[in-house]
Amino acid sequence: MISATHYLTLAAILFAIGTVGVITRRNVITMFMCVELMLNAVNLTFITFSRFLDQIDGQIFVFFVMTVAAAEAAVGLALIVVLSRHTGTLDVDQANTMKW
Amino acid sequence: MVLENYWILILFPLLGAAINGILGRRFPHPVIAWLSCSMVALSFLVALLSFFSFIRLPEDQRIITHHLYTWIQSGNFVSEVSFLLDPLSMVMILVVTGVGFLIHIYSLGYMAGQSGYYRYFAYLNLFIFMMSVLVLADNYLLMFVGWEGVGLCSYLLIGFYFEKKNAGDAAKKAFILNRIGDVGFLIGVFLIFRTFESVQYLTVFQAVSEQFAVMGTEFGVLGAITLLLFIGATGKSAQVPLYVWLPDAMEGPTPVSALIHAATMVTAGVYMIARSAPLYSRAPETLFIIAVVGISTALLAALIATVQRDIKKVLAYSTISQLGYMFLAIGVGAFGASVFHLLTHAFFKALLFLGSGSVIMALHHEQDLFKMGGLRKYLPVTFYTMWMGALALAGVPLFSGFFSKDAILWKTFAAGNEALWLMGVVVAGLTAFYISRLMFLAFHGRERSEKQHQDAPDPSPKEPSWSVTLPLIILAGFSLLAGFLGLPSYWGSNRLEEFLAPSFRFQLSGQPAAAMEHAHLTEVILTLVTLAVAFFGFALAYHFYIKNPQVAVRLANRFSWLYSLLRRKFLVDEIYDWLLVGPVQRLSQTILWKGMDVRVIDGLVHGTASLMQAWSHRVKRIQSGYARLYATWILGGALLILFYYYWISL
Amino acid sequence: MTLIVFYGLAATAVTAAILVVLMNRAVYSALALIVCFGATAGLFFQLGARFIAAVQVIVYAGAIMVLFLFVIMLLDPESEVFLPSRLKKVPGFALAFAVLFTLILFQAADRWTAAQVLTGPIAVTEGASWPGGEIETLAHSLFRDYLLPFEVTSILILVAVLGAVVLTRQHHEKE
Repeated sequence: MISATHYLTLAAILFAIGTVGVITRRNVITMFMCVELMLNAVNLTFITFSRFLDQIDGQIFVFFVMTVAAAEAAVGLALIVVLSRHTGTLDVDQANTMKW
Repeated sequence: MVLENYWILILFPLLGAAINGILGRRFPHPVIAWLSCSMVALSFLVALLSFFSFIRLPEDQRIITHHLYTWIQSGNFVSEVSFLLDPLSMVMILVVTGVGFLIHIYSLGYMAGQSGYYRYFAYLNLFIFMMSVLVLADNYLLMFVGWEGVGLCSYLLIGFYFEKKNAGDAAKKAFILNRIGDVGFLIGVFLIFRTFESVQYLTVFQAVSEQFAVMGTEFGVLGAITLLLFIGATGKSAQVPLYVWLPDAMEGPTPVSALIHAATMVTAGVYMIARSAPLYSRAPETLFIIAVVGISTALLAALIATVQRDIKKVLAYSTISQLGYMFLAIGVGAFGASVFHLLTHAFFKALLFLGSGSVIMALHHEQDLFKMGGLRKYLPVTFYTMWMGALALAGVPLFSGFFSKDAILWKTFAAGNEALWLMGVVVAGLTAFYISRLMFLAFHGRERSEKQHQDAPDPSPKEPSWSVTLPLIILAGFSLLAGFLGLPSYWGSNRLEEFLAPSFRFQLSGQPAAAMEHAHLTEVILTLVTLAVAFFGFALAYHFYIKNPQVAVRLANRFSWLYSLLRRKFLVDEIYDWLLVGPVQRLSQTILWKGMDVRVIDGLVHGTASLMQAWSHRVKRIQSGYARLYATWILGGALLILFYYYWISL
Repeated sequence: MTLIVFYGLAATAVTAAILVVLMNRAVYSALALIVCFGATAGLFFQLGARFIAAVQVIVYAGAIMVLFLFVIMLLDPESEVFLPSRLKKVPGFALAFAVLFTLILFQAADRWTAAQVLTGPIAVTEGASWPGGEIETLAHSLFRDYLLPFEVTSILILVAVLGAVVLTRQHHEKE
């Protein structure tokens, strides 16, 4: 029998994988993709709660999350393009001038 | 009318000090001088008029108090600003304002043209104010205000030539030694309050005469109180062991030495004890200590004075010695005689100091006796007046010093202290010796002065102006006449002591001193003995310094160790340095300064700073510029928060 | 039956996610991500959020990932040569984080479910448990209670579009 625990744990695993990816990868686009992965996991959590608490608001929230994610993807990718033009590479470790 | 408002005499010098002190810098010198002299003159006038009204009162009404306002009121401790006028304070205030006025006049001439003129007169006025408060106060606390105030003025005036290091050091020394005595004084006052629940003279004395009607047998609280107050007196009145500031205080201008360190401030201790006679007469052990300290001081100082080269130092040690006499008198219970000597000493010692100032001025600040000589023909007024002062000091009959010193010696002997009497006679001999030595070296004999004003039209020394010589003449007159106030019993009545008697009415009357048989005869014989010894001292000085100067030099060489010891003041200053000053300085230097201040406090401050620096040096590396690292930190923090919430939900 | 579906979809999603992280080439990561989104859409469907599942496929997998692929292609992915990084310890931390996080959330989820009542079995074929159908409920809620955020979101999208255009403008020197 499937309970909320299954879904929530799955979401947690996906989120964790996404986090690992964000921190570990050096290609800035891949980092961004892992962020999308994290967002996706959160969406799953919301839908799960929406189902098990019998409230539609979870799905509304997911709706908005997706919208914002789209907008964010657009702007983020634009920034990545600018960054790569500036530093000449897609290595996020090369953009390290914001320091002491 | 004047008598009711006698206390306003305090305000005149205060006003003078305030105006001269604050605005005097811009006044021309005559204005400053006029202002301060007239203020003191007004005070003296009020004192004098009060005196005339005072003596017209019947004896038992000669106590006038005036309450100004309540100063402190805390629990059952009340301290008033109120004044007491009784015979003792009447005598004192006349001396203070009178001699003070003469010295102000003298200062016009002596300080003419010097820088800091306004400061000098402001401080001098302030001193008169403080001293007046001291003698007119009606309780111990207000007296202490004046006590401290005169100590302050002494400091300011000793250090008047503050650009000289010696002057500053001497001022500090005076103040610090005074302070040491003041600790004793204050503790004594605390004890008084604790025992009698008041610090007002009349209240305390009344309580003492009720509670301690019989002479106590053990030391007790009265002994402690009197001893502690006496410690304060040793500081202020330069007795052993706290006298060492007074010779150094000669760095100040000579009128200051005359006023403060001869006539008035140093007598504050004597006054204080005389005022506390009801307490002291019931504490025989303390009285004994006072007598011993007094005569030892007198002897020690007289010995040192015999070989000093500086004219002012001779007079300084002489003052210490004569103060010792006053304390000896107190020690044998002769409070009246002590005050009598205080009075005569004020006149002749001030005279001697002022005269020496005249000499110093004439010789352009030469103070070494061995560089003087033959001045009698250049400074006639100074010469004659100083000899009168010298004779008074030496105790030559008919001069005032004779009567007062004799009174002390007789009372000492009559109280049964033959040993002390003998020492007193020796001191009288030494006194005659050193003062005639001073006079011979300075005024007689060959002219040894090297300092001549080469380019002046008349390079020889000249008598200073009227403002200097007039006070000399007046004081000389008093030195001669004041003695007749206190004639010994075989001669006539001691008017002064009769006048002062009401002030001492609370004191325990001991056995009458004249219970001896043939009292008058004994007194005359003793007087003759003293005179003989004095004459011997006089003749010795004449022999050494006029007839046969070589004898003195040969003696000095034969007993060079003794001579050196005396010249170097028995090395007391050096002993103090080694024993007390050095260790304190070293303590401050190594422990308190290097240890506490540098290591602990600076260490804390600098240490905190460098700790911050070291940490931030490491912590700043978190900002590495690598976005991934920032993300890691963020996630680490998020995990912690998550963990925390999980934990508390358990 | 639902169990099998669930575990299948779950496995797919997790595998795809891991591939996203591990793949060297960005294009491969993008493709793996698309698979993951697809699996997630299936899970949404199983949870009764059919509309959202569709939106997921259309918007996320269809639009966003395409955008990603465009950018990847634009930025010449073949010539990437990365110099050795100075951050050696980061992957370790990340892994530790992942493990701990998962454990905690698993525990939390378990305890939450145990405290709740709604643990009934679910079935894909079962309709939405919302009255009048799921889409209708969604629409009602969206256009009534959440109208304002809805409108604001549209402005957000507009701003994003503008921002993307402005940011990537290249300034050509006037000859």
